Amino acid sequence: MSALGSGLDAQEIDLAVTPLRELNAALHAVGEDGPRHWRVLNPRGAHALAAGIDAPIEVDVEGHAGYYCAGMNKLATVRVHGNVGVGLAENIMSGTVVVDGSASQSAGATGHGGLVSIRGDASARCGISMKGVDIVVRGSVGHMSAFMAQKGRLVVCGDAGEALGDSIYEARLYVRGAVAGLGADCIEKEMREEHLREVAELLARAQADGCDPAEFRRYGSARRLYNFHVDNAGSY
Amino acid sequence: MCGIAGLFSKSLDVSGGLGSHLGAMLMQLSDRGPDSAGVAVYREPAPIGSSKLSLFSPDPDQDWGAVRDALAREFGAGEHELRASHAVIVVETDAEAAQAWVREHLPELRVMSAGQTIEIYKEAGSPREFIEAFALDEMRGSHALGHTRMATESAVTTEHSHPFSTGLDLCLVHNGSLSNHNLLRRRLRHEGIQFETDNDSEVAAGYLTYRLREGATLEQALEGCLEDLDGFYTFAVGTAEGFAVLRDPIACKPAVMAETDEWVAMASEYRAIAVLPGAETATMWEPEPGRVYSWERARV
Repeated sequence: MSALGSGLDAQEIDLAVTPLRELNAALHAVGEDGPRHWRVLNPRGAHALAAGIDAPIEVDVEGHAGYYCAGMNKLATVRVHGNVGVGLAENIMSGTVVVDGSASQSAGATGHGGLVSIRGDASARCGISMKGVDIVVRGSVGHMSAFMAQKGRLVVCGDAGEALGDSIYEARLYVRGAVAGLGADCIEKEMREEHLREVAELLARAQADGCDPAEFRRYGSARRLYNFHVDNAGSY
Repeated sequence: MCGIAGLFSKSLDVSGGLGSHLGAMLMQLSDRGPDSAGVAVYREPAPIGSSKLSLFSPDPDQDWGAVRDALAREFGAGEHELRASHAVIVVETDAEAAQAWVREHLPELRVMSAGQTIEIYKEAGSPREFIEAFALDEMRGSHALGHTRMATESAVTTEHSHPFSTGLDLCLVHNGSLSNHNLLRRRLRHEGIQFETDNDSEVAAGYLTYRLREGATLEQALEGCLEDLDGFYTFAVGTAEGFAVLRDPIACKPAVMAETDEWVAMASEYRAIAVLPGAETATMWEPEPGRVYSWERARV
């Protein structure tokens, strides 16, 4: 993640005057010659803001965003200086999405890659069906987080709600605080040296200071529910 | 999908523009509910000893003067205030007596609400049409709830629209769907609760009416929903003093709340709150599933 400049040279789009679709179309068409840094003013909870970007650009959203913010993100760094609604960075492929405030339900849902960093809390179903994305939540997550998670890492610096990791496949979950309950086939696992390193690396990437990796506990799949058989590992 | 909104004023400014603020919120929720719209506005309390009825007539040529005169002869009544297909009349008797009399003598009318301060207006059609037809922008008041409906399980009519009255000065708006409403409706009918439609949300309203009638507090009645209602819901309930919010235990339907020194608001989506003055700096949170949140004005 490159450091954010002064913002003086950023392309500013004010959603109080520019239609949302115009902004998203411009972000989709940015190519190699378009502005590298964008600032979005007056988002006012607009849906699908900065969704579908496929370019290594930086976007700063100056306020609260609505549903599906930065969905399907590829390569871009999107920072929301506020809260976001349902489905933050849904199906993110790569790049980084940072939220200064809190996120509503299903943050990082089905994400394939990249990093989602939430400085506040995330509510229910955070990381549902995650497929390789890394999610770091500075606060707590709601119930049924990492439901049917398949791949990737979820790091929660606060607490986790009921049924964490229900029907989980192969994602790794790290929680620092209390877990209200584990879902079906989710169990606590040993924190080995490589896991401590993994948590430290993710916290550093997400710039989540003040947490000692040794305070986290690891959870993952007991591999009883989806009939994983180690002899078939090469087929998965 | 439906949209719900609640706004509770803490200042004269917000009270003075309550209707226009609520209208702006409903406009933002139009995509969630283009079929019908409705509001409950708490305003201009009837004098002690009197009560206020919100009446609806499906007849566009309804002679509201005659309705008003009939109520005046029976109990004494003020002038009627007409808004589109609805009229509000202050009657010089208690709300239960006034309501019962209308039901018996003017069965062609529907009593949308009864109480000291509540007024309910609702109609099929887009939120924009509703806001204009009912002159929502000019309404002042202490607090209000609104609903935009996308019908999923029953017809699009005035009667199927929200809010539903749940008793004197009480109402309910609902986003979601209930799966055990037929069974529950039969049981509640057995207890003497009347239903006017096959709508699932009306059953939730009837359930609250029943629990309150049996002596439950509003909080107890809402907590009973967690046990007795099967389905998805975010509820907002209006009372004479304020409003309450409840989400189903797995939080299937969205809700966001925000508070400033001037107001408390809830809505299905933040963009409906973003239109309120000072929303950018409001304290904002997502209500937890299965927990009752309520705001009340101190009784003077």
